[in-house]
Amino acid sequence: MRDFYGTTLPLPLMLGTARYPSPAVMEAAFRQSAAPVATVSLRREQGAGQAFWDMVRGLGVHLLPNTAGCHSAREAITTAQMAREYFDTNWIKLEVIGHADTLQPDPFGLVEAAEALCADGFEVFPYTTEDQVLAARLVDAGCRVLMPWGAPIGSGLGLNNLHGLRSLRAAFPDVAMVIDAGLGLPSHAAQALEMGFDAVLLNTAGAEAEDPVAMAEAFALACRAGALAAASGPMGQRDMAVPSTPVIGKAWL
Amino acid sequence: MKIEVNGETREITAAQLDAALAELGWGEAKVATALNGSFVPAGARSATTLSDGDRLEVLSAMQGG
Repeated sequence: MRDFYGTTLPLPLMLGTARYPSPAVMEAAFRQSAAPVATVSLRREQGAGQAFWDMVRGLGVHLLPNTAGCHSAREAITTAQMAREYFDTNWIKLEVIGHADTLQPDPFGLVEAAEALCADGFEVFPYTTEDQVLAARLVDAGCRVLMPWGAPIGSGLGLNNLHGLRSLRAAFPDVAMVIDAGLGLPSHAAQALEMGFDAVLLNTAGAEAEDPVAMAEAFALACRAGALAAASGPMGQRDMAVPSTPVIGKAWL
Repeated sequence: MKIEVNGETREITAAQLDAALAELGWGEAKVATALNGSFVPAGARSATTLSDGDRLEVLSAMQGG
């Protein structure tokens, strides 16, 4: 079983902590879903940071700090160093954004930052695309987890490139992979796990639902279903019908 | 001296980073710091001397996805 730098998760679901209608709703979403990982960020201290820190610590889950909003390797590396001290974890969700509209990663800055951070003892979760060459460079840099996008961040489109994601999954059988970004519905999460991905990370799909707590539970159920299905060896697909009821013994009427 | 703190110009008298944080009201706060774009670990703040025009970033936990 693939793990996340030695950590196995009781449920393959990671939740963001942003965009909820209130902190209480966010806490309830974590409780209801039992999601074992929360993504967090660092921003300029304006008074609210201390209370938020106390709250996320109180969730009792693994914290995965991100470098969201960083557009260069240098920015991302400095942010990662600050996050490691602040959150007391070597985990870092490495984002180096390359385009303001699509929020797709800058592959060159991503590899540069991943190399520096892996060499510095970080356990890097790079937000990447389904590009296999980029994936290979990240693995060479020392990443043992990859976070390919399903679709652009916050789009809710699901898994945009099934062929690409399937190829990526098959190409790196030993690397844990988390589908990060673009999920909109629990069925997207189930599909990702059925395909052999090891977890999903979502934020907007839960936080901006009318009922974020119920949606978080729906995603948790979908993740359980998808993971169980993947472990159960799904049947192969056929082009033609095959009757499931035996033909032998049918009455001559 | 004048330094830039989280994007705003501030007048401070402290010469060391740890004292400057206290002067700015973050003496007891849990924060992470960067000076002129480079990370300054908490343990190095007392040995970090500030200069006029320095850019200081003082960060703390925030919601993230």
